[in-house]
Amino acid sequence: MDFVTQHPVLVVSLIKIAIALFVVMTALAYLTWFERKVVARIQSRWGPYWVGPHGLLQPLADGIKFLFKEDVIPPAADKVTYLLAPFLALALALTTLALIPIGPATISILGQPTQLVISHSPVGLILLFAISSIGVYGVALAGWSSNSKYPLLGGLRSSAQMISYEVSLTLSVVGVLLIAGSLDFYNIVGGQSGHWWHFLPKWHVFPQFLGFICYLTAAIAETNRVPFDLPEAETELVAGFHTEYSSFKFAMFFMAEYGNMITVSCLATLLFLGGWLSPFPETGAWRWQLYLPAAGLIIGGIALIIGGLRSVQWNAKAVFPVLGIICIGVGYLCTWQSVMPVIQGPFWFIAKVFFLLFFYVWARGTLPRFRYDQLMAFGWKFLLPLALINLVGTSLVEVLRLPR
Amino acid sequence: MSVAMLVFFACGVMAVLGAIGLILAREPVHSALSLVLVMVALAVLYLLLGAAFIAAIQILVYAGAVMVLFIFVIMLLNAGVEVRTNLSRLARWVGIPLAIVFLVEMAYAMSREYGARTAMAAGGAAAGPVPASTQALSMKLFTEFVLPFELTSILILIAILGALVLAKKEA
Repeated sequence: MDFVTQHPVLVVSLIKIAIALFVVMTALAYLTWFERKVVARIQSRWGPYWVGPHGLLQPLADGIKFLFKEDVIPPAADKVTYLLAPFLALALALTTLALIPIGPATISILGQPTQLVISHSPVGLILLFAISSIGVYGVALAGWSSNSKYPLLGGLRSSAQMISYEVSLTLSVVGVLLIAGSLDFYNIVGGQSGHWWHFLPKWHVFPQFLGFICYLTAAIAETNRVPFDLPEAETELVAGFHTEYSSFKFAMFFMAEYGNMITVSCLATLLFLGGWLSPFPETGAWRWQLYLPAAGLIIGGIALIIGGLRSVQWNAKAVFPVLGIICIGVGYLCTWQSVMPVIQGPFWFIAKVFFLLFFYVWARGTLPRFRYDQLMAFGWKFLLPLALINLVGTSLVEVLRLPR
Repeated sequence: MSVAMLVFFACGVMAVLGAIGLILAREPVHSALSLVLVMVALAVLYLLLGAAFIAAIQILVYAGAVMVLFIFVIMLLNAGVEVRTNLSRLARWVGIPLAIVFLVEMAYAMSREYGARTAMAAGGAAAGPVPASTQALSMKLFTEFVLPFELTSILILIAILGALVLAKKEA
């Protein structure tokens, strides 16, 4: 215990990192399941169904499969760089999450008061952009080091795409910074509290709608997702930059992609959608909103029990009611006076991030892929001017609003 | 030894190793990656000094933009492995003496600074690192140093125009 008392901040940070890593890894795994289910629903299919009830164990099965596949390293590959690339991609994708706060509450771990964020920095936003900007190395190096045609072309494409869209992504956020006047996530979200005309929340998405659209588009391109997934266009490039990767190294690229999706969704939530703030006013008449997390969990639990009992799959009959009872139990826990205020922030934050992730999947199920020249023209000739117009307009309004 | 000290030495060693690797690597991509390592290690050192903004900008601009373009160009041109030559005459007669002079100069400056610090610490006025806030930095940049700032932007504009003119000739 000596070490704990001597370095309380370090130990608490390590505990928080362990919890966050566990939660994020599980979320990553089930995001793939969620995506396959939603895309299947859009295309009138069932999606994963047979591994576990409703395919719920599919991510686990995929993980085991990746672990036991043969790990092929091409003989012509540049060994060190080839091995470095997937680690770089995944590590950077997960590191960015350390800067994202999920709630305003202060909790106590080992008697040490601490915030709901791993690393609170006064320049959090720029640090986050800095870390995610070196994420492109994973993709570029994977393409180069494989020493093969398709990965090289895929790596080149994706580097060019990520460099191009990073400009629009960063510029679209500057408008929010001008209004918030801070690079600290806590200040940025704090500035979005309150309501216009008593009903419209003061989220930045309303005055910065143009910026929000720019951000969302650039973010989809930045994470190499449909309709901007040119780096891995199957019909042209086999699988793009990760063609030569197999086994768990391929899985690491896969996880990095989903990790980046979560990061940009969290960032959009913090910057534009009011972060952990509830959309309802905080006045006395709206006190019932404090029970929303508990109500959601309990209703979800009841639905799970009923759905499980009516299912034709025998394992769903066994597993879903148990999950439902756990849900109801956690929901009851959320009504405790000590837990309720802490749970509000994370509840709204996760709900908004979830909505954005659904939007991502929805876009993938709906939109066709761009052609490469269309992609470049769209980024430089449409998105960048739009972001610039938004920036100039916002600065003008902010200058006019300054007290003289 | 404190945790900050450990991080400092780890990053210092990383920066030096990266700089050596940059010169010794024969594959251009490896050289570029070593330079990225130097940039990142420097950024962590800035963080230790309490200059979070500078650290973030260091990574964002150098590691995230400049070096990515370097690697992109190396990949695009498919630059081959460098050919090793013996030391050129210029390197032997000018380079090595210059390197020695530079090393001695740096060692002298550092020892003098160290002496001044210890004297100051003995005198009671310990010079701790001043946390550089973003606000203070931008205040300085846009009032006192606004002329160099604007001149730099004109320089970059000229560079962009030059690149455009060169690209036009090709087409």
